[in-house]
Amino acid sequence: MTIDFGAIAPELVLTATALVVLLVDLVLKGQAKQLVNPIAVVGTLVALGFTLVMWGGEPRVTFGESYVVNQYAVVFKVIFLVSLLAILGISWRYFAEGRYFQGEYYFLLLVSFLGMVVMPSARDLLLLFVALETVSIPAFAMAGMRKRSLYSSEAAIKFFLIGVISVALMLFGISMIYGFTGTTSLPGIARELGQWGASPPPLLLASILLVIVGFGFKISAVPFHFWAPDTYAGSPMPVASMLAVASKAAGFAGLVAVTFIAFEPYAEVWAPALGVLAILTMTLGNLVALQQRDMIRLLAYSSVAQAGYMLIPFGLAVSGDAAVNAAAVQAMLFYIAAYAIPNIGAFGVVIAVNRRTGYRSIEDFAGLGARHPFMAMAMTTFLLSLGGAPPTVGLWAKFAVIQASAQSGTAMAWTLMGFLIVNSVIAFFYYLHVVWVMWMREPRDGIAPVRPGLNLSVVTAGLVLVTVVLFVLPGLVSDATSVTDLLAGM
Amino acid sequence: MLNDQGWLLSLALFMPLIGAAAVTVVPSRREDLAKQLGVFFTGVTFLLALVVAFGFDYSRSGELQYETVATWIDAIGSRYHLGIDGISMPLFVLTGLLTFLCAIYTTKIMPSPGKPRAFLALMMLLQTGMAGTFVAFDLVLFFVFWEIVLVPMYFMIGMWGGPRREYASVKFFLYTLFGSVFMLVAFLSVYFVARDAGIANPWDIVELSAAAGLGTSTFQTFAFLGIFLGFAIKVPMWPFHTWLPDAHTEAPTVGSVLLAGILLKMGTYGFIRIALPILPEGAMRFAPLIGVLGVIGIIYGSLACLAQTDVKRLIAFSSVGHMGFVMLGIAAMNETGIQAALYGNIAHGVVTGSLFFLAGSLHERYHTREMAEIGGGMLTKMPRYGALLVYVSMASLGLPGLAGFWGEFTALWAARSPAEALVANGYSGLYLGLVIFGAIGTVLTAGYFLWLIQRVGLGRPSARWANEPLADVMPVEWVSWTPLLVIILVMGVYPALIFGVQDQAVTTLVSFITG
Repeated sequence: MTIDFGAIAPELVLTATALVVLLVDLVLKGQAKQLVNPIAVVGTLVALGFTLVMWGGEPRVTFGESYVVNQYAVVFKVIFLVSLLAILGISWRYFAEGRYFQGEYYFLLLVSFLGMVVMPSARDLLLLFVALETVSIPAFAMAGMRKRSLYSSEAAIKFFLIGVISVALMLFGISMIYGFTGTTSLPGIARELGQWGASPPPLLLASILLVIVGFGFKISAVPFHFWAPDTYAGSPMPVASMLAVASKAAGFAGLVAVTFIAFEPYAEVWAPALGVLAILTMTLGNLVALQQRDMIRLLAYSSVAQAGYMLIPFGLAVSGDAAVNAAAVQAMLFYIAAYAIPNIGAFGVVIAVNRRTGYRSIEDFAGLGARHPFMAMAMTTFLLSLGGAPPTVGLWAKFAVIQASAQSGTAMAWTLMGFLIVNSVIAFFYYLHVVWVMWMREPRDGIAPVRPGLNLSVVTAGLVLVTVVLFVLPGLVSDATSVTDLLAGM
Repeated sequence: MLNDQGWLLSLALFMPLIGAAAVTVVPSRREDLAKQLGVFFTGVTFLLALVVAFGFDYSRSGELQYETVATWIDAIGSRYHLGIDGISMPLFVLTGLLTFLCAIYTTKIMPSPGKPRAFLALMMLLQTGMAGTFVAFDLVLFFVFWEIVLVPMYFMIGMWGGPRREYASVKFFLYTLFGSVFMLVAFLSVYFVARDAGIANPWDIVELSAAAGLGTSTFQTFAFLGIFLGFAIKVPMWPFHTWLPDAHTEAPTVGSVLLAGILLKMGTYGFIRIALPILPEGAMRFAPLIGVLGVIGIIYGSLACLAQTDVKRLIAFSSVGHMGFVMLGIAAMNETGIQAALYGNIAHGVVTGSLFFLAGSLHERYHTREMAEIGGGMLTKMPRYGALLVYVSMASLGLPGLAGFWGEFTALWAARSPAEALVANGYSGLYLGLVIFGAIGTVLTAGYFLWLIQRVGLGRPSARWANEPLADVMPVEWVSWTPLLVIILVMGVYPALIFGVQDQAVTTLVSFITG
């Protein structure tokens, strides 16, 4: 068996970078340890370069049929690597000033992202499982990195316990599916499932749902979301942004693979289930977000609600209808790309306000428009984008989901659209409240000035720019996601 | 020829954005420079709009001119399609004019808490959104311009508004957003039906109109319902109007002027440009309902006005009534009705825009808008200002010879003989009733305006104000108001000016509706 090293070059580069970072941290002393961040950035850029080489190319298959790099996977990998760059950007000062063990952090971060870039290419249940664990296990450790904080320990423990339970459920489901079909290859499972036709054994359906539930924890869908707000609030902030964006996107990449490839023949079973999950997730996430006073918890619940919007396309799936399924996957992919940018940006602004002051409640943002107009403007843009208002890319994210729903046109699709509309309005209630507090309320007396530092400012400015440019020219992303053929190369 | 130079229209459309960028980079201590730049850029934009109007071929006003078609979002087949015809032209020019006047007004009268740079930048961003709505001929592009308006208006009300500005701005934002998402859903279903029907560019308003009557009648009904919600909230039609009095009352003067003068027009324009020609069957089905809601709006708005004590709130509710007449014109579904609606649209923009300017200046002087506190005697205390108030009120109540008359009169006239399809369905009796109640509404309108004039204009100044030095109309006010005052008179004595421009475009449009 020959291995297509070109296809896995980004993964190899990330692995090498992670090891180098660990070594450098071991060898260097004191201030010199700060070098690890630039090294990680360079490694990520190289990995990104190798990924972009494959942009728009023919699908590449390697390791049997278990590893596929098609346009769909490339788009996802680009999302991950760009997120990684942004997260590295907002991490630098935070970890340099916070007396953390930087080498460990960057090593864990890179390993976690290694798992993510594997995820959209994996076409085998076992490989998916390994990828998922590679994403999660470093994340458990990263969540607990604020060693002197009880909240951080709580965050790590909660995250770990729930993560382990979800993995156990998932493995149980995988083992039964292997028992039924005799294979762990995703396309293989789809072929084998055909033999039961319209009357599958109940246990088979149960195991399908078990696998889906495993991913449900990862994407923090209601009712598997309980860990998310506590973990986000307790973790170091850059880690929270990583969990809210990249780790969630990885969960979606895996979920797409199992549902739209392996379990496609039983879409009529999982599509309604995920549709109901979508409704619960967005509604509950938004309603609870309304009550939040802590900025990170607000973003946490908002990201739960966002996961609900991203689940909508899954509710539209129809077994055998390639057009509708393709439209659904495209909408989800676009949504993830459009969600990642402003969400990392919002965390970046929170880190900027938090830096050297410890401010993190919504009240601490009062008068930000006067204290630091640029950060307030950036936060406004990001929140508008999360809500889906112009002039931001978020508008097109909502557009894409509604478009996929309108194309499907089933009763489920109309129901999902109804909930989406109502939830968009609810969500704006709390996004606008933050905007209001930033611009229209007077700052508290004696509040410390906001000093984001150059690095964070540059990253934030870049994210604002992308958010607005993609509003004017959404084609830059949508043209890439629309040629996506999930099954290309099978 | 000038009118095939599409770039000119794009330039006129995006000039305010350049202005907004320019104003933002002005250093914060040079507020005077920011104000001058605001006047300059809105002035240039208005000039460009005039150039567009000048080069327009009025003998072919039914066709799209200054057309630009460029690829935009390939993935969904949406195109950058701009153009202007007889229906869009007056609204486009009005947008340029009103924003320019607002910029002039702002040089001297800046609402608290100041910050002219942000204020002017938002105003110019708003202008691009508003003007773009009137010249976009791609549904997605239209939707984008439509949505752009939300954010600057939210900030205008929220930052420079009155005491209840948080409530008013959020209500405005959420209400409008709610409607526009429904509209988007409807647009998308139209797109998919059109695509399946084999239309080459299923987002294109021109092609969709020409296809007249897509899909089944059930589809048309539901799609119209979605679009109806979006536009009806913006107009606003009773019972979707509740955001309007709050937004108007709390908004700064310039915000109110633009809100009444142009923003509301986007709703009626949308009905005429998109809802009627693309979904004629749905429109025919909904027409009686639109008529009834319109007339309820007329009566309700007038009665609500009679109960107001705040001058600005009174004018806000009068908008509900006036837009009722516009919707009645649309409900007639014939050429006269559409003409009346478009005419009423522009007349209301000019007249109510002026009224809000006047109300703003009233507040500047008396620091209250309560009629009881102002007392009477404005005509003796500030004779010129009082005269202007009387003049514009007369225009608003529909005095023949001034702008307000033609929209209302023609709408009633048109509703007397609605489209044949409506008569065939036995709605002629209903429409007769609508005409009668609409006519009663005009009497009520006259009632509350005369009452307003009587309360604040006539009589003697109260003891509180008798010895206060209240300035009469200031030069900056003369400059920013005079164009509107002249237009009110010109539109009143020479209505053919607007009717003529619109005529061919309306004929084409109605031919789509009646098939």
